[in-house]
Amino acid sequence: MKLEKWSDFPLGGNIKDPGNSIENDMSGWRSERPIIDLEKCVRCRICWTYCPEGAILELDKEYKTSSGRVYKVTYAVDYQHCKGCGICANECPVKAIQMVPEEVSIK
Amino acid sequence: MISEKKLNSKQRKGEVKPLNSNEAVAEAVKDADVDVVAAYPITPQTIVVETLAELIGNGELNAEMIHVESEHSALSAVIGASAVGARVFTATASQGLALMHEVLHITSGLRLPVVMSVAMRALSAPISIFNDQSDIMNQRNTGWITIIASSAQEAYDSILQAYKIAENPKVLLPVMVSYDGYVLSHTIERVETVGKSVVEEYIPKKVTWNTLDVKDPITMGTITSPEYYYEFKYAQERALEESLSVIKSADEEFERLYGRSYGIIEGYKIEDAEVALLATSSYYTNLKVATDLARKEGLKVGTIKLRVFRPFPREELYSMIKDLQVLGVIDRAIAFGQKPSGPIANDIASALQYKKDKPIIQSIIAGIGQRRMLIEDFVKLYRMLVKNMNEKKFYEESIFYGVKGIEF
Repeated sequence: MKLEKWSDFPLGGNIKDPGNSIENDMSGWRSERPIIDLEKCVRCRICWTYCPEGAILELDKEYKTSSGRVYKVTYAVDYQHCKGCGICANECPVKAIQMVPEEVSIK
Repeated sequence: MISEKKLNSKQRKGEVKPLNSNEAVAEAVKDADVDVVAAYPITPQTIVVETLAELIGNGELNAEMIHVESEHSALSAVIGASAVGARVFTATASQGLALMHEVLHITSGLRLPVVMSVAMRALSAPISIFNDQSDIMNQRNTGWITIIASSAQEAYDSILQAYKIAENPKVLLPVMVSYDGYVLSHTIERVETVGKSVVEEYIPKKVTWNTLDVKDPITMGTITSPEYYYEFKYAQERALEESLSVIKSADEEFERLYGRSYGIIEGYKIEDAEVALLATSSYYTNLKVATDLARKEGLKVGTIKLRVFRPFPREELYSMIKDLQVLGVIDRAIAFGQKPSGPIANDIASALQYKKDKPIIQSIIAGIGQRRMLIEDFVKLYRMLVKNMNEKKFYEESIFYGVKGIEF
């Protein structure tokens, strides 16, 4: 639904379709975005555990590093819900997550 | 009062009872068949809570009475009850209303038809349990419809009208019915009640607002980003502005059914007056007597009662006062640090800003902390305003009538 005029908004700010936060776009909150270096990542799952927004995705996708090591899972970021808090980058024990300024990463 | 020609079979259902305004409010709440009451007793409103507890206790009112630890909780509790579709009521005064302040904004923001009565009382410090209107004047920007009743009968009728107004789908805003502490809250008057039939004919129970329902879930009390918040506030402002017509029609329908009406503002001997005094609540009746006395002295004076304070009835007021020379506005609250220092005087002055023919507004502060105002005092004010008019002498500042050490 595209909200344009004041009269299009529901009375009292009620949300008629609960559970819709899955569709909310939080990317506007972000000044820096986390970027995961899948080569460095050891699949310890600490970023997934610490993310307060559940924005770290554990994908059922095999990944083979350049040194030949095969991981059964791949980690990615749900940029629609990531608010760029940087906790994942701070907690990563192998420094595989880098916070990149939003305007730089867009290019 | 009921005039003969307006009486019909329906209007005779009523019963006459000796009630003070607090009891009259409780009686109206009973007749409106309210489902949930949450209120914290505070002087001079206590009788409302006591009477309702009694009515619920003896089975006359089938409602849930929630005992809460403060006024903040009282209003929060009725918000919760209203959110699931209950007809709700709470009552407060003074510090209690001040404590409700943040929840007042939430009620109007959530667009819930909560009805509340306020027995107006002064604010601390120093502590005064007595009457003035500082409490409701401080809440004028909370988005509540504010009705100021001037008798126990009007308090009773206004509570019934309040549900009619609040629950109108075009409005869906909370309504505050206030009346003077002690002067009205503790004075017994003759009140004609209409009984529980009012629910069937005037305020039938129908949930017109969005409610929390497990079968059709919604989310209430949501957060908004800077992109959307403004639009909700604008919608609230529009609803409040447009509620004036609903307030009028609720009053007209009440008259049709029960033979009593109050209008938005009321005037007495105003048609040919040069000078008038505007006041609220209990001052109006004494002012009418003062008007008669001043008229006997040959002064062309009249008086006006402001009944609906929010939304402010700009046009209705203007059409009543446009031919006056001087309008004295009696405020029983102080807008600190502003000149004139009366909140209603300020509202009137700004409402008239773009009008061509308008009277001089003379702000008068009186009755702070229930400082006694006799009929003679009002006559003195009339004489003073007429003298000022003749000498073309007006004060930009408010006249603080009756302060010890200041002579006028």
